[in-house]
Amino acid sequence: MINVSKLKKGIVIDHITAGTGYKLFSQLHLDELDDVVVLMRNVDSRKMGKKDLIKIETDLALDFTVLGLIDPGITVTYVEDGNRIKKVKLTLPEKVEGILKCHNPRCISNTEKLESTTFYLVDAKKKEYACEYCEARTQL
Amino acid sequence: MLKNRNLIAPNDFTNQELNEILLLAREIVNRPDFFCKKAEGKILASLFYEPSTRTKFSFDTAMLRLGGQVIGFSDPLTSSTAKGETVADSAKTISKYADIIVVRHPKEGTALLMSKYAECPVINAGDGGHQHPTQTLTDLLTIASNKSSLCNLKIGVCGDLKFGRTIHSLVTCLSGFEGNSFVFISPEELRMPSYIKEKVAEKGKSFIETNDLEAAIGDLDILYMSRVQRERFVSEEEYLRLKDYFILTADKMALARKDMIVMHPLPRVNEIATEVDADPRAKYFDQVKFGMYVRMALIMKLLGLDESTPEEDK
Repeated sequence: MINVSKLKKGIVIDHITAGTGYKLFSQLHLDELDDVVVLMRNVDSRKMGKKDLIKIETDLALDFTVLGLIDPGITVTYVEDGNRIKKVKLTLPEKVEGILKCHNPRCISNTEKLESTTFYLVDAKKKEYACEYCEARTQL
Repeated sequence: MLKNRNLIAPNDFTNQELNEILLLAREIVNRPDFFCKKAEGKILASLFYEPSTRTKFSFDTAMLRLGGQVIGFSDPLTSSTAKGETVADSAKTISKYADIIVVRHPKEGTALLMSKYAECPVINAGDGGHQHPTQTLTDLLTIASNKSSLCNLKIGVCGDLKFGRTIHSLVTCLSGFEGNSFVFISPEELRMPSYIKEKVAEKGKSFIETNDLEAAIGDLDILYMSRVQRERFVSEEEYLRLKDYFILTADKMALARKDMIVMHPLPRVNEIATEVDADPRAKYFDQVKFGMYVRMALIMKLLGLDESTPEEDK
């Protein structure tokens, strides 16, 4: 068993679906940080069986939309002086801008140079979003 | 207030707003001459990036019959699009010239995109296989003129339900009126998309799916036929296999109720035999006329034009 010491100050991203941690790590560009970052994979979990976990030893402004999109079940805990000061439980965002891409080849958003396209959550169970332009659905 | 609004999808307007447009349209039907100068001095930009005869003529004549003028194109190769101009830039530019824009485009969502950049109202005249809200207004006026109301109707839609934007718009809209129910008649390959079925279900309306027109026709108040559109198919073989799947004939009409009406957005290919044209229940050519009148009403509403008639002026 590998032990990682308790965080004094920073962020713990917990309850990540096993195998999704690296995707999150990349999407949040954690490889670009100069601070200590730990990605733990396949950690034993009572609730989940196995889970991934990320510890970041810095105060970072996280993009909760990206986090929610990739894995809405995760929790984010902020730590200061070794104590938990804030815990955020994520849900799928109702509206997503500039992250998803419409897969409908007949959609104008794929022809026109648009700064961003908005997608609206239409089915939380299926994790489906609809394109604002053509209403075609994109599954996460 | 409908002044300065856009019409991109049929659910952009409330039922009350739709009724207001239909009411004005029926006034125009009854007394078209009273409205022949209402849009004097106004210009409609008619931007057709995709071939269309009926819809373009309908909008153009609607504006001309209101006394307004029309600019535009029906071949994108003659517009600045051919030079690589974006839709957003075209919208910004054209809205400097015109008071209202009508746009048809093969790409889905184009009208919505234009409405974000244009400085005047934008009307969606069809965006690919997505929405065609003014055909819906046409259909609503046809129904309102032939049936006592837009409620408590059993509507059968038949043909290409997968790509048929006219049908998507109409079903979405009619599902917002009380007591309506639907029969979706199509081959397996051209079934109604799930997002439309969900909209119907969300509004608490029932529907059934079948590929048996003869079994379904006897229960219907309205049978809405549609063409299998060659331009929506990637495979020519698939198109040829499905294009004549349903053909409405006099024999099938004999199974329908006496007060059922047959509608079709036109153009027709083979899906309604010409022998049906003489049947008084065939209303598809009347739809064309209603289309022009309802577009006159829509243009007047979005431009906020004076609706008073001479008697009211006195």
